[in-house]
Amino acid sequence: MTNATEARQHWLGLMARAPDGRVAALLTDSGLAPTFDTLRAPEIGTVMVRGRMGATGGAFNLSEMTVTRASVSLACGTVGHGYVAGRSKPGAEAAALIDAILQTEKSGLARDAILVPLENEETARKAERAKKAAATKVDFFTMVRGESD
Amino acid sequence: MYVAVKGGERAIDNAHAWLAEERRGDTSVAELSVAQIREQLSLAVNRVMAEGSLYDPDLAALAIKQARGDLIEAIFLIRAYRTTLPRFGYSEPVDTTRMACDRRISATFKDLPGGQVLGPTFDYTHRLIDFALAAEGEVPDAPTRDTDPDASIPHVMEFLNSEGLIEEALPDPTEPPDLTREPLEIPAERALRLQSLARSDEGFTLGMAYSTQRGYGRNHAFVGELRIGTVAVELDIPELGFAIEIGEMTVTECETVNQFQGSKTEPPQFTRGYGLVVGQCERKAISVALVDRALRWEELGEENVGAPAQDSEFVLYHGDNIQATGFLEHIKLPHYVDFQSELELVRKLRREAGAMELPEAAE
Repeated sequence: MTNATEARQHWLGLMARAPDGRVAALLTDSGLAPTFDTLRAPEIGTVMVRGRMGATGGAFNLSEMTVTRASVSLACGTVGHGYVAGRSKPGAEAAALIDAILQTEKSGLARDAILVPLENEETARKAERAKKAAATKVDFFTMVRGESD
Repeated sequence: MYVAVKGGERAIDNAHAWLAEERRGDTSVAELSVAQIREQLSLAVNRVMAEGSLYDPDLAALAIKQARGDLIEAIFLIRAYRTTLPRFGYSEPVDTTRMACDRRISATFKDLPGGQVLGPTFDYTHRLIDFALAAEGEVPDAPTRDTDPDASIPHVMEFLNSEGLIEEALPDPTEPPDLTREPLEIPAERALRLQSLARSDEGFTLGMAYSTQRGYGRNHAFVGELRIGTVAVELDIPELGFAIEIGEMTVTECETVNQFQGSKTEPPQFTRGYGLVVGQCERKAISVALVDRALRWEELGEENVGAPAQDSEFVLYHGDNIQATGFLEHIKLPHYVDFQSELELVRKLRREAGAMELPEAAE
């Protein structure tokens, strides 16, 4: 897998995991929103999520989740795809637009204005939850009873 | 002859208008928002997502509002809605080893890497009504402790595995069956049973699991591990040519360790039951693991003692609360013609019986 693919996986995943509305808001605030053609109008559907029997065994179908996807192309011909959990059409379209912008010469600007805040917010969100969980970790200690001799 | 009976339209419309009014309740009390239900009744939302078999907290919260808090009605709404959506594909199996755990406990090992993390649990509460909740007030922030949020927490089963004392769950590339595409057929393989149990009624599944503990197909379960947290969902995107994360979901996973004396085909070892349910649904995940283990009797060469929890047809065909309620509740709908024919049959039988008895009565 190439670095370009890994980078694209990273930003698409980052946008998909962001809270509803956040990606579209960052795109608007960045002032980077370009004109575009719609290749695939935002569409709500489902993905069947799988698990593994015994966590490591064969796959089984667990449950569906709602997902919205969209595809756009910029004036320069660059194509962007957005796949985000939930039912936000503006969210999927914003993700597709940002995916396209990040493949153009404006990628540096988009990185600073959109990806960096998303990364920081996600890190903070995860850390806060992990810290609360860590505070509920049991510290076992042994009661010493009677005299030792 | 069939005679259609018309004339209920206005009564039905008026009944539904009154339903809407009753749903709203006393208008001097503030209306519930969907976000309030999602945030403050989150375990009800989780149950509706699990049994509705569609992960979407906002939609489940809306369904609960529409159903006036009747969770089976809300699950029905979710099941109906999901049939209207196109299916984009099947995800990669979620990797629960990489779960960001809110809770992770083991009843079998006290000291284990990652520790016993209680999370936001009802356990150890006193189950006394908290009248302070009836008044509005701020909730103090939960305490925190520094930790590495990226540290992965190994599954407890790996420790027993290293000694070879427990059956292994080996990867299998077989494409699993899908209950939402093919009707349920018996015998059902384990992958199909786990899908069916993941969406089965919590109360029914709990009852079946409890029956195994009380001796109907006893299999001595310990909770080897219970974990609740978020996992990433990965989907292969054909237009990209690679897989990406399309979001995260909260899941509850329970692995049981079960005493096993060995059978004709298997050596004495610990066997396993597995329950994976979407959302924070702890009681349900433990129940699924117990029932999963009971249903594995044949594969493990155990005796069928005729216990209900060993009967996959009984468990799987009666655990779906939407199928069950559909069939149960339909008997309250008009059966005038059916009943008319029954009535005439009974009258006829009585006439015939009466005709035979009459000569005696005359004596």
